[in-house]
Amino acid sequence: MSETLPLSVVNNRRLDRWISFDADRSVHLAVGKVELGQGIITALSQIAAEELDVALGRVRILSGDTADAPDEGSTTSSQSIEVSGASVRLIAAEVRARVLDRLAQRLNCSPDELSVEDGAFMRAGALTGHDYWNFAHEADLAREADGNAPRKPHTAYRIVGTNAARLDLPAKLTGAAFIHDMARPDMLHARILRQPGRGARLAALDEAAIRRAAGGAFRIVRVGDFVAFVGEDETVVQRAAASGQEHATWENARRFTPDQQEAASLVGQPSIERVVGEPPSPPDAPEVVRATYSRPFVAHAALAPSCALAEYRDGIISVWSHTQGVYPLRQSLANVLGLERERIIVRHAQGAGCYGHNGADDVALDAALIAMQVPDHCIRVQWRREEEFAFEPFSTAMSISLRAALDADGRPADWMAEIWAGTHVSRPSSGGNMLAAEALPTPAPEPKPQDPPEANGGGGTRNAVPLYDIPVKRVLHHLVTRMPVRTSAMRGLGALPNVFAMESFIDELAELAGQDPVAYRLAMMSEPRARRVIETVARLANWSRGPAGTGRGLGMGFSRYKNRAAYAAVVVELDVVEEIKLRRVWCAADAGLVINPDGARNQLEGGIIHAASITLKEQVTLGAEGVTSLDWDSYPILRFSEVPEITTELIAAPEYPSLGMGECTFGPTAAAIGNAVAHGLGTRIRAMPLTRERIMEALLPG
Amino acid sequence: MTRFEVNGQTVEVAAEATVPLLDVLRNKLDLKGSRYGCGLEQCGSCMVLLDGEPVYACSRELGSVAGRRVTTIEGLSTHPLIAAFLDEQAGQCGYCLSGIVVSAAALLGRNPAPSRTEIVTALDRHLCRCGAHTRILRAVERAALALREGATA
Repeated sequence: MSETLPLSVVNNRRLDRWISFDADRSVHLAVGKVELGQGIITALSQIAAEELDVALGRVRILSGDTADAPDEGSTTSSQSIEVSGASVRLIAAEVRARVLDRLAQRLNCSPDELSVEDGAFMRAGALTGHDYWNFAHEADLAREADGNAPRKPHTAYRIVGTNAARLDLPAKLTGAAFIHDMARPDMLHARILRQPGRGARLAALDEAAIRRAAGGAFRIVRVGDFVAFVGEDETVVQRAAASGQEHATWENARRFTPDQQEAASLVGQPSIERVVGEPPSPPDAPEVVRATYSRPFVAHAALAPSCALAEYRDGIISVWSHTQGVYPLRQSLANVLGLERERIIVRHAQGAGCYGHNGADDVALDAALIAMQVPDHCIRVQWRREEEFAFEPFSTAMSISLRAALDADGRPADWMAEIWAGTHVSRPSSGGNMLAAEALPTPAPEPKPQDPPEANGGGGTRNAVPLYDIPVKRVLHHLVTRMPVRTSAMRGLGALPNVFAMESFIDELAELAGQDPVAYRLAMMSEPRARRVIETVARLANWSRGPAGTGRGLGMGFSRYKNRAAYAAVVVELDVVEEIKLRRVWCAADAGLVINPDGARNQLEGGIIHAASITLKEQVTLGAEGVTSLDWDSYPILRFSEVPEITTELIAAPEYPSLGMGECTFGPTAAAIGNAVAHGLGTRIRAMPLTRERIMEALLPG
Repeated sequence: MTRFEVNGQTVEVAAEATVPLLDVLRNKLDLKGSRYGCGLEQCGSCMVLLDGEPVYACSRELGSVAGRRVTTIEGLSTHPLIAAFLDEQAGQCGYCLSGIVVSAAALLGRNPAPSRTEIVTALDRHLCRCGAHTRILRAVERAALALREGATA
């Protein structure tokens, strides 16, 4: 056995679990990573087609299915190309090799004499009459992969590295393509009366008033304080739910104060401490430069509300979900429903763009709970817009204080980051945390606060350690244990706030040293691939900064995501008077071997726009009774009229392994905007979002 | 019973006049390309054409479309915008796209040579969370060009 089998292969050794050959001359590829809008099913299909030597159009992919596809955990952390891609490559190469070995025995020749053209087997350039479809069964594909089959060298690639069109895009453009569009026999629509929060008790429900508002037939399913409106007519149940909250009386609901929506409120709260790198330096160390940066709570704010379907028939519950992980969700459902895993099937169905742990798992439990109460029907639950905004898990607010002692050249000799944040990962699979489970007669226990370990890239500490050549690096992370809102994984975890802070601070130190920010960075960066993206983006942007405070700002940001995935450097040009107008963004990224360059660029661009939106506009707001940013007016995101021109350059580095890149522009973009605003204004704003109010405050001190 | 035209076909729908057009399209007429995003006229995922003008189907009541002409994304399946969006790979998750194509079709219907600014203005009521904006703008420009070239060919 090869010592370096990818995790997905270790967990799913059998070749035929991944690849089989169907009678219509297609290749069935089953994977555990799922399409979240990032283009993964296209890229994985390209990898399989490449190693098998079949046309891309022959690959039919099944992704995320506990009955019929391998267990690859969750689709997170820019791991799909790195882990699933490496797995598919290994499996496909081994399938090809085993089938050709078998054919070589049959033809009494050396496997080296054989080749494959679009699935047909050739010997010395002539057709053998054999192909995958009539011969693969002769090889034993029910065996475990050993990982020893040679993979193609990148120089031989014909499909990998090309801009294959997204396989899923045509249907999404024109018709039914999403979980929301699924229709099943005996389908009933459902909406939820959401428990305001853990511990709240439903004291009274004015059913008559709700029925008057709904104007049609539906039933109320109630299990403890979990309440659902279920009926044949979606309009009716939607009306019932829309009126439900005002006709419900909750007791023991938690109250909030407005300051809890700010990152500063986390500082000093009870926390679990973790040190990365050297031990923390004393906060009152003399002769250091210091600054504090922050980002508030932000929402995934998916364009579609969360949705799930579930049906309970003959003792088996089938669930369709846009979850990031069908197997972890199956385990979570088993825990809450008290069913054996074998009686639960979870199949992935596509939702709107997913950037992390959103409401997908919660709504799946909603649907499953109702299905158990209403068997032999398909229960389709769709959240309401305000429910989505109020109850999805948010990305935690973060406060980051940086301190640096400088050397004689004005460069940091001793770097210290002190971080206050809630958890960045509280997925159901890591211990409870599903909304409806909190409303059951015996509520699930409150999840224990935890954050990903450094081995997984950390959460609050993600990208907190500078990649720069700094002799002493210290990080003190405070994982705040009691949070005002539920927080969990969102694109990049702590990387965006940490890189915003770090790269802003680097600019501040460069200014103190009287040096150009790009030159300052390069002077303390010895990693060649990091240098190359910084130098490339500077060239793309024609980097040259005039004086600060003119209203026109230019700024740069850099990071290597997780300090081990893709490298990205971003330059932003903007105008800042009272408001910020992004003009242009340039980005250079090195993601090693790129499977689909256009898909990769799409991810770079999307990450830039998403990060710009967070940096400039986004904040979850709280009132006394909970979240008050409940629609797109109170939670604005970047619009067409606010999007800059974007230029990206992918560094050609096919000789290196693929590096996850879906999140790599996130931190650098936030930082580049912060630095450009500081350059344009002549004064720095260290708290996101960089709103008009914050700019006015900065311009009118005192 | 409300009678109106959808994608060139006359339909009769037995539903209350106050039911949202979006629910009728999706659940009664099996036209799932118009999508629910917010129900608040804030995101544009549900956009359809009513007598050629883009309207939010989420808030438009069935009764108000009686005798009128509704076009959904399904009725635009041969529009050059579709090919242009595929050519530009203009999308990520794709949830916003059908509504955007509907608004873009209305724009190109009245202005065959829109400037970038005019396209932005026409699409500004649409939200895209994945950040495919620049590709979408290019796709609309590409479709406009294709339409003009088709007209002169």
